[in-house]
Formats: sequence, structure tokens, C-alpha cells
Amino acid sequence: MARHVVAPVDELPPGSRKSIEIDGRPIVVFNVKGEFFGLLNRCPHQGAALCEGPLIGLASSSDPGEIEYTKLGEILRCPWHGWEFDIRTGQSYCDPRRFRVRAYPVNVEAGTNLVKGPYVAETIKVAVESNYVVVDL
Amino acid sequence: MTSPIAGGVDRDLHPAVPHLTSLLPYLNDYWRDQVTTRGMTDLISQSYPLNSPISSRPDWRPAQGKPGSDIADMQHQALDKFGTAYGICNPLYGVQMVFSEDMANAFCRALNDWLVKEWLDKDDRLRGSIVIPVQSIEKAVAEIERCAQDKRFVQVLMLVMGDMPLGKRHYWPIYAAAERLGLPIGIHAGSAYHNPPTSVGWGSYHIEDYVAQAQAFQTQLTSLIVEGVFARHPNLKMVMLESGFTWLPPFLWRLHKFWRGVRMETPWVDRAPLEIVRSNIRFSLQPVDAPPEPDTLNRLFDHMQSDELLYSRPTIRIGSSTAMTCCRRDYRRISCARSWSTIHTRLIRA
Amino acid sequence: MNVQLREPPQAASSTAIKTAIADCDIHPARATADELYPFLAKRWHAHLETFGVHAYQGMMGGPPYPKAQPNASRRDAYPPEGGPQGSSLSFMQKQLLDPNNVALGVLNPLNTGQGIRNQDLAGAICSAVNDWQIEKWTSKDSRLKGSIVVANEDGVSAAAEIRKRAGDKNFVQVLLLSRNVEPLGQRRYWPIYQVAEEAGLPIGVHAFGFGGNPITASGWPSYYIEEMVGHSQCQQTALASLVLEGVFERFPKLKMVMVEAGFGWAPSLAWRLDKVFARLHAEVPHLKRKPSDYIRDHIWWTTQPMEDPENRDHLFQTIEWIGWDKLLFATDYPHWDYDDPSRVLPAGVSDANKQAFYLDNAKKLYGIA
Repeated sequence: MARHVVAPVDELPPGSRKSIEIDGRPIVVFNVKGEFFGLLNRCPHQGAALCEGPLIGLASSSDPGEIEYTKLGEILRCPWHGWEFDIRTGQSYCDPRRFRVRAYPVNVEAGTNLVKGPYVAETIKVAVESNYVVVDL
Repeated sequence: MTSPIAGGVDRDLHPAVPHLTSLLPYLNDYWRDQVTTRGMTDLISQSYPLNSPISSRPDWRPAQGKPGSDIADMQHQALDKFGTAYGICNPLYGVQMVFSEDMANAFCRALNDWLVKEWLDKDDRLRGSIVIPVQSIEKAVAEIERCAQDKRFVQVLMLVMGDMPLGKRHYWPIYAAAERLGLPIGIHAGSAYHNPPTSVGWGSYHIEDYVAQAQAFQTQLTSLIVEGVFARHPNLKMVMLESGFTWLPPFLWRLHKFWRGVRMETPWVDRAPLEIVRSNIRFSLQPVDAPPEPDTLNRLFDHMQSDELLYSRPTIRIGSSTAMTCCRRDYRRISCARSWSTIHTRLIRA
Repeated sequence: MNVQLREPPQAASSTAIKTAIADCDIHPARATADELYPFLAKRWHAHLETFGVHAYQGMMGGPPYPKAQPNASRRDAYPPEGGPQGSSLSFMQKQLLDPNNVALGVLNPLNTGQGIRNQDLAGAICSAVNDWQIEKWTSKDSRLKGSIVVANEDGVSAAAEIRKRAGDKNFVQVLLLSRNVEPLGQRRYWPIYQVAEEAGLPIGVHAFGFGGNPITASGWPSYYIEEMVGHSQCQQTALASLVLEGVFERFPKLKMVMVEAGFGWAPSLAWRLDKVFARLHAEVPHLKRKPSDYIRDHIWWTTQPMEDPENRDHLFQTIEWIGWDKLLFATDYPHWDYDDPSRVLPAGVSDANKQAFYLDNAKKLYGIA
């Protein structure tokens, strides 16, 4: 597993996202209320770029007409066919057993333990004071 | 001509009301006078014009009167001939077309009483479907509760083309009553003609209306599934009568595909549509909308992806098809035994 | 939502399509409300601003069944210069035509004059949309071909519009919708068929439209998913009407395309029609052939939304019953239920069938070399 820097953490405030390519793989990274999540930026259905999809909540129901709406902001809706994916796990809600988006663990790491990546130049510049968003691949 | 299995169940018999006046003994004084004073004639639905070839097999057509109006004919032609153990009567009298809920209620009660006196009482093999005045949900529920006390009523009958899609919550008190009483709902081809009989308006022909029944079963199936009828009533069973089945696999492919993308609109649909159909709905084999080649039919059975969805035994209704001679007979026997017994539980107990 | 991109994402399909394809269902959109004004008589500008359009459904703006995505379109299809999805030729070229090697793109404009109750307005808007298709799209990119939209409920006006455009190479077909005031086989629509046949133009029958009828034979359903699945049933009944009314007997050279309603339903419907016709043909003596024969000779289907059974053999069997020569590939760009050409066919299709499916059937039907 290799770790790659995505961006300085303050370039990715809560509610924002960034799509990047690492080793030829398209990745999208989200900041949801201070927590970071990463997904392969390709819907397993027909390949749409998931980074264009909205983040909504999970609608579930124990009885027709009653709707429980939870996990606000944690469900990514594919911009094409609307399939819903839990950004924590990649779990889809349309056909949970069959489809899952590859989820990438994303951590916030302090500036000193970085590997070289696309932001290498920038991160070095602001290295010791800032927190960096780092991706494990 | 295929022979149905002796000792089996005929799920779709159509005893005919000879004339509206046949119901007079079963109406109260007010309604009896309404019928005669206002010159009401008969309630014949366009879905089944009397002399249309699909309304009766030629050899079952009596010299006089409506086909299916004489119990002796039914006994001879349908029951004795095939060694039928039980026959479920589904009267297709046009009471659903009436607009007044009080009138509909009076006619439905009379029709159900007529069925008991003139059919069920006269042959122990016969069972009945409760015809309900859907014009009033309250009255429909009351009629179900009234008739269910007679254990020979084994099903509630509704038409596939009514006032509203059948999944709508408006109808749920009917489903609650049926589920509570252990009665399946039989959805039969036919229209109340309160809406155009196709989803694109009024066509010109009887043949067109009849073809459109298949599309009506499809949209009703969508409605029943996405509205969550079986989420609310998991023990309710429905049988699609004279629906055919060859349209079912591509229908489910399409519904499944859209459900995946628009799941959030109806989040109570928490299982794949095929699974919901498998657990709660069955389809009549007739009409077999397919060429009679064994290869084609066997492929269609594979497309169904379930051995349980069909009433495998051909229903003996007027105008039955001979296509089933080509089918896998062993498949039919296995599914027959398993499938019908879970739907019409009252048949065994009555 | 604050979306920051390092670079715009590319469609995953772009490397997979090496050979040219036809896309038989593209939906061009207007960038602004008044984009049609240059093609529309002045009196209609004020009329639209004062009274709007009066359709056969109640909403003045937006559809009665809310869509699954804004404008019923892919969220990644907004042009960078602004405007709704499908409104920019340059972005359509960049996102759809170029990467997918589209050699022939058939435009099916929606939100036109069709389904409008004021027939004069309907005819005016339709004619304007046809002019707009040439000006904005087909004259600027020769891969694109337009569809002649007509005031479907006004046979006289519709026939005149088709005659006006007949022979114009900017157009490859006439466009109708599946839901109208009456089923499409009814005689009020025959003037359209007569002129289309004379002009040698196929007719595309696209899902949607409103004619004032509930969209099922048992009333109005509750949900958008019911409308979407229901296009299959509406198309079936529209086709049954066309066959049973004898449209193909009366107009033997007419060709029709069933657009955006799927095709899996076709074998069962054809078999049902034949079965019932065998017993009830006395009611329809004007039909001289079996219904399935008319369907075989006169009907094509676009593929989107592609049938998607778990077992691909079931799909192949269904296509065999219909004929590989009858399917026309379509993406439905920019709509959300878009089919990506590189993902849509499972493995196991012969090269000859793929070629027919993706391009040759369309070129042959539309007379493109």
C-alpha cells in the first residue's frame, strides 16, 4: 500500500470534494462534516464519474409512507442512473450484494510523514505547520 | 387437446347471470323496483361481448341463453369431463361499471347471494370469489366480511382495469380484510370502463381492448409492487387471472433496472421486484401468448427464473388454449402441487 | 455542493469504441427560453410570455411526475458555458459524439409543440423547432440529423409541415410521441402517415407525451418509477393500435421506430396479437396479414433503456425473436438513464450482429450512405 498526498486539508473544507488521478486510477476524495472519504471515481454500473453526483441521505422505510432519513450527506448518488453508494464503505443500496464501489481509506496526517505525490512541491512549501490530506492506495 | 390433471382445481370458471332479473329475488324491495321501474336491462361488459369467440368455446355455447348460465352445462362440460375436484367461480357480471356506490353494493350482494344459492349450493365441488363494490371501499370491506363467513368463498375478485391503480393506499382496507381472513385477491382481466381501456386512450375494437389486458396487468403489477402493498400485507396473496405470463420476464427486467436508480422514491421496496412477485403473486398460464413450439415455451419458462410463479395446470376456462400439450409435463405437475395449495388455503379446509 | 476538480473526468467508454456507431436518440435542448424566438413569429413571443403553453397536463413548468435527476439528465452533462444539459453543440461533440465515434446522431427534440392544446401555437413551435434544429445543430455538424416535429393532434398542420421539410437532408424522420389524445392508430393521425409515407420518411414514436388520458388503463399512478416503467406498456398499446387499425395495410411503405420504450416486450406482444387475431379476425377484416408480419416488416426499435436481465442468454434469445436487424443503438443523451455504448452489450455477440446493432441497421433505415 502506498500513500499519496491529495491536497492540504484546508483546500478541502467540509462539504467539498476533489477528484484526482493516482497511478492511472481516478479517485474522488470528500470532506463530509470534517471526516474524509475516498472512492474510485468510476461507477461500477456503467462507468460514470461519481464525483459529479450529489451527496444525500439514506431513505429507508419500515412501512409504506413512513420514511426514515439518516446518514445525511453520506450517500453518493451516481450522476447518471442514480445508484446510491455509502461513501464510508462503497456499499450500494440498490443491489447490495452485487455492486460495490471500491472505497479508499483516507486519513488526515500531520505534515512530517509524507510520501512523494502530485502535491509534493506544494506540500513541502507549507510542510511543517499544516495538516495534509493523505490517501492510501 | 390437453387433459388437465384429474382431481385438480379449475381456478377460473365463469357462471353467467342469465339476466339482471335473475338477481331480483336477491335484491330488497327498493332495488327490485328500481330495476323494473327504470327498465334496467343487463350489466354486460364490453370486455366479453356475448357472441365473441373469446367469450366462449363454440362447443360450450348453448343453443339459447348465455354461455355458462346453466349449471348442468358447467357440470357436464367442465367439471365431470375433467374430473375436477374443485372449481372456483368468478362471475364476470358488469357490476364494476356502475357509478353509484349504493347500487353497486346492492348488485354485488345480490350477485354473491345468487352464486351461493344457484351454484355453490348445487354442487359441492364449486367455490366462489366474492365480487365487491369497489365504488366504496367501506362497503367492499363489509361485503368481504359478510361473505367470508361462508367458507365456500375462497377469494376476492377485482378487475385489472378499475378506477385507480390497484396498489394505491385507497384500496388497502380491502387488502387488510382479505389478508386477515386468509383470502387471496383474484385480479381478473376486464375493465370497469371508468378509464379508457388502454393507457393511451380509447381504441376502436374489442380485439384491441382484449390485447390491452396484458398491458393493464403489467401496470398493475408495477403499482402493487412499488406502492408496497406486500410490505404492509406480507401474507396477502394475489393471483392474476387470464393474464398470461410471457410478458413477465422483460417486464421484471425493466422494473428492476429502474428500481435501482429511483429506489429512494419508494424506499419501502426493500427487496428486488422478482422476490416480491415470487413470495406473493401467481399468474395464470392462460392465455399462452407464445407460439406452440416447445423450444420457445421452454425458454420462456427459463426466463421466468422461478418454478413457482405459474398456475401450471391449465385453467379450464371457456376458450382454453391447446398450447400446453407441448409443455414439460413433469414441470407442470410439480409446480401444480406446490403452487396452488399456498394460495387457496380455504379450498382444502372448506 | 462545492465540487473542486483537478481535471474534468473523461467518460470511461472513450477508449473502447473504435468503430463508428449511430446514436438514434439524442435530445438537443434550448439554452435559454427565448432561443426559439428568431424562428417564431412575433405574435407568439407575447403569447408565450402572457399565457404560456397549455399542455394536456396541468403543470405550467415541469412534469407532473418529478424526474430522477434535474432536467431528467446526467449531472455531468451541464455545458461549461452554462445552460441545461444537451443545449451546447460543442459540449455534445466533446462529451458524446467525438469520444463515442458517433457517425450518425439522430436528434429527437422534446418539449416542442407536441402535447400543446392550442393547435396554432403547437404548429408554430414545431416549425420553429425544425428550423432551430437546422440552424443550431445539423448545419453545424454533419453527423447530426434532425427529426421533423409536428403538431400531432392537427393532421392538416402536421401534413403541411412534413411536406415543407420533405427532401431536406437535414432530417431523417418524423417524430411523434407515444401518448396522445387517441391511440396512434386512430384515423385522426392518418394524414401524418400518408405524407410521411409519400416523403419516404420513417416515423419515430418516442416515449412520453400527454394526451389527457391517464397513463395506465386503471388511472393515474403515484410515482415517477411507474411512469418510467409504464412507457413499455404505453408503447405496446400504441403499437397494437397501429397494427389493428390497419395503418400498415393502408400505408404499406411506412416504417416506424419505437424509441426509448425498450424492446423486450415485443415478442410477447406480437405473439398475443397473433393469437387473438386468429380468433377475432372477423372484427378487423381490413387486416390481410398476421399482426406479427406487419410488425416484422414495419417496426424497428431503439435499444435504450437496454434490457438488462441477469442472464445474458435471455437477452440474446429475446433479440433473436425480434431480429438483430431490427435494433438501433441509442444512448438517450443527455438523459440520466443513458446507455454507454461500450458497456451496454454483454460479451458473446458476433461481429456481424454488433455491426448491425451499432450502425448498419440505422444507416440502412435512414438512408445514410
